[in-house]
Amino acid sequence: MSPIHDQTYRHYEGHREPPGKTWSVIAWAGIRNMLTKRAFLGLLIFAWVPFVVRAVQFYFAANYPQFAQIIAPTAATFRDFVSQQGLFAFFITIYVGAGLIANDRRANALQIYLSKPISRTEYIVGKLATLLFFLLGVTLLPCVLLLLLQVSFAANIDILRAHTFLPASIVLSTLLMSLVMSCTMLALSSLSNSPRYVAILYTGAIFFTSAIFGFLTAITGGTRMAWIAITSNVGQVTDVLFRQPPSYDSPWQISLIVLLALLALSVSVLERRVKGVEVVS
Amino acid sequence: MPESTNAVTLERVTVEYGKNRALQDVSAVFPRGAVGLLGPNGAGKSTMLKSLLGFITPTGGTMQVLGLDVASKPTEIRARLGYMPENDAHIPGMNAVSFVAYCAQLAGLPKADAMQRAHEVLYYVGLGEARYRNVETYSTGMKQRIKLAQALVHDPQLMFLDEPTNGMDPKGREEMLELVRDIAHNKGISIILSSHLLPDVEYTCDHVVVMDKGRIAAHGSIEDLKGPAGRVYEVRIKGPLLDFIAALEAQGIECHETDEDIMRVFVPAGHPAGEANRLFQLATAQGVQVRHLRPSLPTLEDVFAKAIGEA
Repeated sequence: MSPIHDQTYRHYEGHREPPGKTWSVIAWAGIRNMLTKRAFLGLLIFAWVPFVVRAVQFYFAANYPQFAQIIAPTAATFRDFVSQQGLFAFFITIYVGAGLIANDRRANALQIYLSKPISRTEYIVGKLATLLFFLLGVTLLPCVLLLLLQVSFAANIDILRAHTFLPASIVLSTLLMSLVMSCTMLALSSLSNSPRYVAILYTGAIFFTSAIFGFLTAITGGTRMAWIAITSNVGQVTDVLFRQPPSYDSPWQISLIVLLALLALSVSVLERRVKGVEVVS
Repeated sequence: MPESTNAVTLERVTVEYGKNRALQDVSAVFPRGAVGLLGPNGAGKSTMLKSLLGFITPTGGTMQVLGLDVASKPTEIRARLGYMPENDAHIPGMNAVSFVAYCAQLAGLPKADAMQRAHEVLYYVGLGEARYRNVETYSTGMKQRIKLAQALVHDPQLMFLDEPTNGMDPKGREEMLELVRDIAHNKGISIILSSHLLPDVEYTCDHVVVMDKGRIAAHGSIEDLKGPAGRVYEVRIKGPLLDFIAALEAQGIECHETDEDIMRVFVPAGHPAGEANRLFQLATAQGVQVRHLRPSLPTLEDVFAKAIGEA
């Protein structure tokens, strides 16, 4: 009878997954790691409080005609909700994203990852998926659920008939917001070994650009320079997606170009920084 | 899958860091089995391993690992390869068994198999009792062992071990060398052991590649590099020195004068009475007294010193 624990080395003859799926291993490990943190779970629960409030609002609007005149949900309601969730998305981006690559850099884990049969792209996609999972969990998911609740409370699809663009608007706006936040954060995370420093950098990037925009608004008296602030650009494009009047005077196309440029810059930074070896020439 | 008789082949490989050439037109063949990659700090050993892993793209030349081209099939190569990095490296926030199982999953093993292999390999490297401890709490020696475990967990055909005994106490070092030797000689896994510690290479490896200043200074089997079988003796005699030297050379014994009256003589193996007795017999026949006789074996250190020009 063989012992339970064979302490010599045995060769492995079992199944091996084909290359290309490892990003999901990285993503699930990251998700599981975050879900073990109580403070983070608290933040996630807190991020769903606005959903509960809106659900109550929708319930009253659907069942009590006297409220329907005041709080009936429209496309603007969903646009406001997406904007509201942006605050929670900001905190989650910092909590989850700051250490995603910085911690790996600190522990020299990149050379462990990249010595396995995975590409740099798979590594980055795995880390991105971890952050996107939580960001979409507090933006896309509650927004879609709200839409479904409205349909079920009203027992009709009038809202969808009146705003056929709404499902696409919700998906595109939350994806855009989450993608911009997560790519920017990942790029910053790859620049340092310290998650704390990365968090400061990210907060600085958001608030500094907003502060400059506010300063220029005060000087010029208009909002044509809204494209300077990251959050304003996201807001401006979100307005267009929900077919709402733009919040700022600057063309939405410029905001979209700035956001795409930010994504391209983030990808470029990641391409340069995520390597198995850091070469200092 | 191509079956190559060699573990690694490099042809005219050049790696540059800015203006600095870390590898200069290097051509080498690493046979399967245990090969030591020797060289002083900055010789280009780690650069070579990192180039073979695909971390660094050479400016010239071609490289093959297990018959696969590094430039076109890096993922396939890494699936068959285990890498133990030189410096401290782990995935933060994990205990040992989770870390090693995670590494197995990254290498393509299903989750259940990865966990089973992680337990087995941790026992094999001697971390069975500490496998639920967070890796960040491990001592230096334990960290070296877990780096070996993560490199081994997916059952590679070839392992790159970069300074595996760094920072280990003598007992731990001995155990690590035993493990490396066992992997290479009993488990059928080829290894390339990069080290500047000659005894480590001599104990674990059959072949050696000596590097210096980004070039290959010497390569071959350790026995061949040490020279033909026989022994070197330091000898001092009293009596007619020149006659004795002539008698030695007539018998095919190499003789080199050193400082003062000490000679270094190389006595080829094969004399039925033994090399030392042969010297005594010749001395008696020539009527000289042997006042000093000290054996000295050619070591890998001699080979290394000669290769990098210190001899």
